Amino acid sequence: MMRKYSREFTVAGALALLFISLGIFAPNFYEAQPLLSRFTSQMPALVAAIGITLVIITRQIDISIGAQFSMCAVVAGIVAAAGMPLGVAVLAAIGTGIVMGAFNGLLVAWLGLPSIVVTLATMVTWNEALRLWQQGRLMPLPDGIQWFGISQAAGQGIVIGASVTLLLAFAWAMKNLATGRYVYATGTDAEAARLAGINPKLTTFGVFVLMGALAGIAAVLNMVQSPQVQPNAGDGLELKVIAAAVVGGVAITGGRGNLWGVLLGLLLLANVNPALTHFHQPPYWERAIQGLVILLAVVADGLRRGKK
Amino acid sequence: MRALKGVSFELMPGEVHALLGENGAGKSTLIKVITGAHAPDEGVLTIGEEQLRSLTPAHARALGIACIYQQPALFPDLTVAENIGLRLKKPAPFSVVKRAAQREKAIELLKRVGAEISPDAEVHELSMPEQQLVEIACALGSGARIVIMDEPTASLTQKEQHLLFGVVRDLRANGVGVVYISHRLEEIFALADRVTVLRDGESVGTHAVKDLTESAMIKLMVGREVATLYPPAESEPGEVVLSLRGITCAEGGVHGVDLEVRAGEILGMAGLVGAGRTELARVLFGITPADSGEIHLKGEKVSIATPRDAISQGIAYVPEDRRRHGVILEMPIAHNITMAVHPVLFPGTWLRKKRESEMAKDFIRDLGIKAYGPEAPGGNLSGGNQQKVSVSRWLATKPKLLILDEPTQGVDVGAKSEIHRIIRELAKEGLAVLMISSDLPEVLGMSDRIAVMRGGTVTAVLPGGADAHDVMSAALGQNGKEVA
Repeated sequence: MMRKYSREFTVAGALALLFISLGIFAPNFYEAQPLLSRFTSQMPALVAAIGITLVIITRQIDISIGAQFSMCAVVAGIVAAAGMPLGVAVLAAIGTGIVMGAFNGLLVAWLGLPSIVVTLATMVTWNEALRLWQQGRLMPLPDGIQWFGISQAAGQGIVIGASVTLLLAFAWAMKNLATGRYVYATGTDAEAARLAGINPKLTTFGVFVLMGALAGIAAVLNMVQSPQVQPNAGDGLELKVIAAAVVGGVAITGGRGNLWGVLLGLLLLANVNPALTHFHQPPYWERAIQGLVILLAVVADGLRRGKK
Repeated sequence: MRALKGVSFELMPGEVHALLGENGAGKSTLIKVITGAHAPDEGVLTIGEEQLRSLTPAHARALGIACIYQQPALFPDLTVAENIGLRLKKPAPFSVVKRAAQREKAIELLKRVGAEISPDAEVHELSMPEQQLVEIACALGSGARIVIMDEPTASLTQKEQHLLFGVVRDLRANGVGVVYISHRLEEIFALADRVTVLRDGESVGTHAVKDLTESAMIKLMVGREVATLYPPAESEPGEVVLSLRGITCAEGGVHGVDLEVRAGEILGMAGLVGAGRTELARVLFGITPADSGEIHLKGEKVSIATPRDAISQGIAYVPEDRRRHGVILEMPIAHNITMAVHPVLFPGTWLRKKRESEMAKDFIRDLGIKAYGPEAPGGNLSGGNQQKVSVSRWLATKPKLLILDEPTQGVDVGAKSEIHRIIRELAKEGLAVLMISSDLPEVLGMSDRIAVMRGGTVTAVLPGGADAHDVMSAALGQNGKEVA
């Protein structure tokens, strides 16, 4: 148990250490309202990280996740700005995500193209399309969208509740549905999976579609936190979630990892910046420290593989 | 297990020396010792004047030893001249490549091997035999004194073979020693001066080719009694389960296969590596579907286009390379065993952990899998136990036909006889078993009937107690049939 989940325990330990030392040396880190806001602002990334985790376990990668997120946000924003109810905007965002995910999935699963190239191309395409289309304009949203038109505290509750529900649902499904096992089997050895009657192409396609849908949900959960939509809201998201997955113990070579580790990885990386602030250190160190954490995780993987 | 035991081998300048033996007799290991890929535990290599305990690949090359493999090891995106240039001598890291000189040298060498190949062609544009000629040109250019050819004619046409024979004779005339490995006896008679026969890692002798007949050569290769350790057949075969008519698959190199397998019968499949046995299994399992021909299961015509079709029709396939395509090493035994029966075991995609674990426990008990429980990862098991897990996965599908591809390859002796007992047990329960094996005693000892394949088709079906000599003859193509 300890050995199988050694990475998860290590990350949890590092996170606990960070939280405890903050509690001792900078107790105002735990002031309720800023803490809740910081936590809420990480929820869209958590939802996106669920998607990227599935993709990586299947031994693929999707670096267009940030571009998908931006595109879904803009589509949802347009629908909302046109006065449609929020539910319609949510469906529009998810639908847009599914279409973009299906496009990646088709190229990767059935044409057998390397996902890093496909999603690099779609990332640039969606981002540039957005730039031409929106010209970088901020899109103001009508009343009743931010925090779902209710109080901020209740809205934050809904965002956190929805994200955690998704995390629980996917964590459960990966362990308890046959489909979850197909994802692991495809990522470990696609040919062996095929010989056992599993359809690795369909599995890969399905995972990319889910990735798109989750990017859509994440975009909406981000949109409701501010009074306007930024057409570049997803910039840098791909780095953030891939890093969270890697730090959380998802093997970039596929077949290994779970969502709890990813949650821990995300929390660790996301708290570097606030921790620096509370320790009165210059925030410029954030990227360097995050990079160091990722490097440590990758080196740990390398050492573990070397030992085998 | 030792791959080679006290083998002596001698090669004279200007000699073609054939190396002959069954699959696994130790030919490849001997080659690896000569080329420096493996270091011998004991013994001495003498090359010219030099006496050595062992070689490194670089040292072997420096001494003038070159090996031409079946699959040429060239750089596909470089030109012929660039490939030859790279092989001739290791350039200093920052030296400027002398293109013109390199090209001229390539033209000269290609001419010497009689190849009409442009030095500017990129290697991926060349056919397999052309690539082999480039390899030989490289060997010549590096001043090789010893050239090893491992089944060089396997993928050549008749005309290309003649060209190659000419090159080999040329090498001999120039004082090069050639080690020639081939399963085709007529090539050995046409080319070789002497032949050394290996059997179970030991040399059974070196003879002048002109002193031997084909039959004597086969006897040297086989020459052993079949052990009587195999579990005997106890039941009469029942109805025909699988019937093949004219099965052809161009991609797999299988053509015109007719075959029947009955319930309760073990049909052994003998043949040399590359005879098309695994390819036939892959056709039956829908991995590379047949182009033409009919597959009948229990009298009903079926079409099999994917492994899923095969599974739903009651065909199970335990593949050859269990590490690659059999057991997923990172997954627990239980997950491995249930992998092919998810739709049956878990209707509605819901995993039932308890049922899964019970099923795994049943197989662990019935097949005697040595593991601490259903949760043990497949990677922790020994080869024999991994094979049992692989077999369990397919027994869980309750198949009508079980195809086993090299079921005891790389497992120890104890596990081997246990697997034999399990296979016999399954046949007794009425399963039709198609067992592909390159282990001749195993085929002879286990099979109720033996089908022999050669060149992608079944050349003979022999009764269970057949003579090793007859099986080998059919596999080599000496059964009165013409030689391809």
